[in-house]
Amino acid sequence: MPHFDATTFASQLFWLAVTFVTLYVLMSKVALPRISDILEERQRRISDDLDMAERLKAETEAAIATYEKALATARASAQAEIARALEANAAEAAARHAEMDAVLSAKITESEERIHAARRDALAEVNGIAADVAAAIVERIADVKADADTVAPVVAAVAKERGL
Amino acid sequence: MASPIEQFAIKPIIPIHVGGVDISFTNSALYMVIAVVVATVFLTGAMSKRALIPGRLQSMVEMIFEFVANMLRENAGSGSQKYFPFIFTLFMFVLVGNLLGLTPYSFTYTSHIIVTAGLAVLVFLGVTVIGFAKHGTGYLRMFFPHGAPIILAPILVPIELVSYLSRPFSLSVRLAANMTVGHIMLKVIGGFVISLGLLGILPFAGIMGVTILELGIACLQAYIFTVLSCIYLHDALHLH
Repeated sequence: MPHFDATTFASQLFWLAVTFVTLYVLMSKVALPRISDILEERQRRISDDLDMAERLKAETEAAIATYEKALATARASAQAEIARALEANAAEAAARHAEMDAVLSAKITESEERIHAARRDALAEVNGIAADVAAAIVERIADVKADADTVAPVVAAVAKERGL
Repeated sequence: MASPIEQFAIKPIIPIHVGGVDISFTNSALYMVIAVVVATVFLTGAMSKRALIPGRLQSMVEMIFEFVANMLRENAGSGSQKYFPFIFTLFMFVLVGNLLGLTPYSFTYTSHIIVTAGLAVLVFLGVTVIGFAKHGTGYLRMFFPHGAPIILAPILVPIELVSYLSRPFSLSVRLAANMTVGHIMLKVIGGFVISLGLLGILPFAGIMGVTILELGIACLQAYIFTVLSCIYLHDALHLH
């Protein structure tokens, strides 16, 4: 078998060494760095893209949070505005109510006084008329000229006695 | 009909003699040079576009690269990364040699025991030097399994020693024998195709099957040679 022909060993080993070392140098200096460069570049690109996606997601969430905060603030201020308006309306209504009350009670008092005065006047005139009637009646019945000044106190006393 | 082992004959192409030593450029040397050229052109050419999204050739190269890188990482463990160029070169040299040999009329340098022995001894010496450089004389613990009773030392140490020293033999013989036998088988069946005339269609069908099998064996043996080198490297780096 040619495998065991020792005369070829030196040549085969020599050329094995030459070609193997050449291949080793070519692989380690040229081929492998080029391949690993590309693989690393791809890996970096992928992780960059993932990072970017992560960042964009975080930004989106921050934007959503800001929006919701703004919404909540707006809602709260609207509520406050409504409450303030309601309160102002209620106060105004109460003020007007009180004002109207005052005006009305003043009118009532005034009217009552007027009624009192009218009644007093009327009562005073009733006594005078009663005295005149009494004097006339006395003159016709007793044919006595009754003095108005004499009759008036008597009429007044009678009226008082009868609770008029 | 030619002898089935004629294909393994070493034929000088350019006779060179240096100091009485014959280092002629032979058909074996020619195929080693072709293998270097093919491997380099394939690996650099396919990556020349440096595409971020690889094409078919670039994918193949990247797969081979990651295949060898994973093989080394899984079998040799930490600290083995700096030997990656060597392991990769070893894998490509054996793989391309095996595959080139399957081309009709070509020569298979990995079928020669002296070539595989050269590679195996290189691995063996390299691993032994790395082992002693890393662990000093502690590397001798390789020859006595951790935790075994000391009384077994007279039996265990010679066994471990023999198993360690037989590594380059098993490594080189396995590859050379596989390649030689495969090629003899192809040649013999090929001979039947001619000699059986019209009936030669049967061995012709057979030879197609065997060729596919040999393609598989070519890749498998390159893998085995490399993975065993990785395991030996693991022993040197981390002991058992």
